[in-house]
Amino acid sequence: MRHLMSPLDLSVEELQDLLNLAQAIEKDPERYAHICAGKKLATLFYEPSTRTRLSFEAAMLNLGGNILGFSSADSSSAAKGESVSDTIRVISCYADICAIRHPKEGAAIVASQKARIPVINAGDGGHQHPTQTLTDLLTIYSLKGRLGHLKIGLCGDLKFGRTVHSLIHALIRYPGISFVMISPEELKIPSNLKEDVLNERAIPYLETDRLEEVMPDLDILYMTRVQKERFFNEEDYLRMKDFYILDKKKMELAREDMLVMHPLPRVNEISVELDDDPRAVYFQQAQYGVFVREALILTLLADAGKITLPEKGGASC
Amino acid sequence: MLNISGIQEGFVLDHIKAGMSLDIYHDLHLDKLDCTVAIIKNARSQKMGKKDIIKVECSVDALDLDILGFIDHNITVNVIKNDRIVEKKKLELPKTIRNVIRCTNPRCITSIEQELEQVFVLTNPAKEVYRCKYCETRYKGKKFN
Repeated sequence: MRHLMSPLDLSVEELQDLLNLAQAIEKDPERYAHICAGKKLATLFYEPSTRTRLSFEAAMLNLGGNILGFSSADSSSAAKGESVSDTIRVISCYADICAIRHPKEGAAIVASQKARIPVINAGDGGHQHPTQTLTDLLTIYSLKGRLGHLKIGLCGDLKFGRTVHSLIHALIRYPGISFVMISPEELKIPSNLKEDVLNERAIPYLETDRLEEVMPDLDILYMTRVQKERFFNEEDYLRMKDFYILDKKKMELAREDMLVMHPLPRVNEISVELDDDPRAVYFQQAQYGVFVREALILTLLADAGKITLPEKGGASC
Repeated sequence: MLNISGIQEGFVLDHIKAGMSLDIYHDLHLDKLDCTVAIIKNARSQKMGKKDIIKVECSVDALDLDILGFIDHNITVNVIKNDRIVEKKKLELPKTIRNVIRCTNPRCITSIEQELEQVFVLTNPAKEVYRCKYCETRYKGKKFN
């Protein structure tokens, strides 16, 4: 049984197939609109989420399937003390595939060990959020036409931001990738990621706290939110939260074809005055998140023998 | 000089750092074996000054010694058959460690899930880095050597 726990569970070739399928769905959604008829996606969300849960549900509905699940631990049997292992055994009797979000790191792995259906990690604490990374990769691939030979600026909370860490892991598999890490001293990228990943593979990177200085060099600027829940003390959070605000003036320094990405939700780090700038692609990114989740659901259900994918370029089934 | 008689089949774990034999006794789950176990503490050693020794009389298949590589790769493992040393095992780092060390990350699923095994995976053999299978937190606890 194939599951998705981390973006690195997919080889570069498998990832390319997934991105191609997502693009095929984008071009011809009707062709895939009934492929999951009679199939059910369970969304097991032990902590609140708007975008991720709704995009999974939208993805399954777009494929003609049905959805069931819960959106907080309080409304599940976890409130009665049921373990993840027991819950997934039961859900395996009700659904064909499931997406799980849990505040504890590694919860999705525990679920996958006991599941009889494919399990997708929809976020496990500060650990992994693979479908966000797939969303980011599809956005870059669709709008830049490639995943290699890019200079990517990562800005904001690089210490606690799991989306940034996952994106780095995923992108270093492509040639010609370099990074510019833009953060205050307190939110710098963890040293083990630099030593064990970037230095180990000789990936070029630069660290700075000045966004303006590096703007003209970037192909992509990936902004992140400083997350209040990661700080132990309010004072530190307040000091950090508005450290970077991307506005029109800073965008004047950027290239015409630079993309501004953000995993959302945005707070203050990108001024709303940029929303109409064609380079600001964060809402498009959310749309790509639905396409890539559709492709993922199809890939895992096909692998489990529950559906048959249409032939590439052939007639709908 | 204290004399402990030889064993017909089993293991002699020699050159254990003095004081560590009881920890190893527990980590190898020797308390669960129904066989003769002798623990010699603070034996004189030319090389180490003082050392501990553990003798276990059991089938050579009965013990998983991989964990010793993690605990202390300087321990000498003599395999005994018919009262003779038939092999000196070279200790290597185990690829996985189960239920010996614990993940200390309070955000890890192992902190709440009932009866979940504690599993650590060797992710960097050169630097001897073990990470929790679930949350990937690096094990930073005390090793024996």
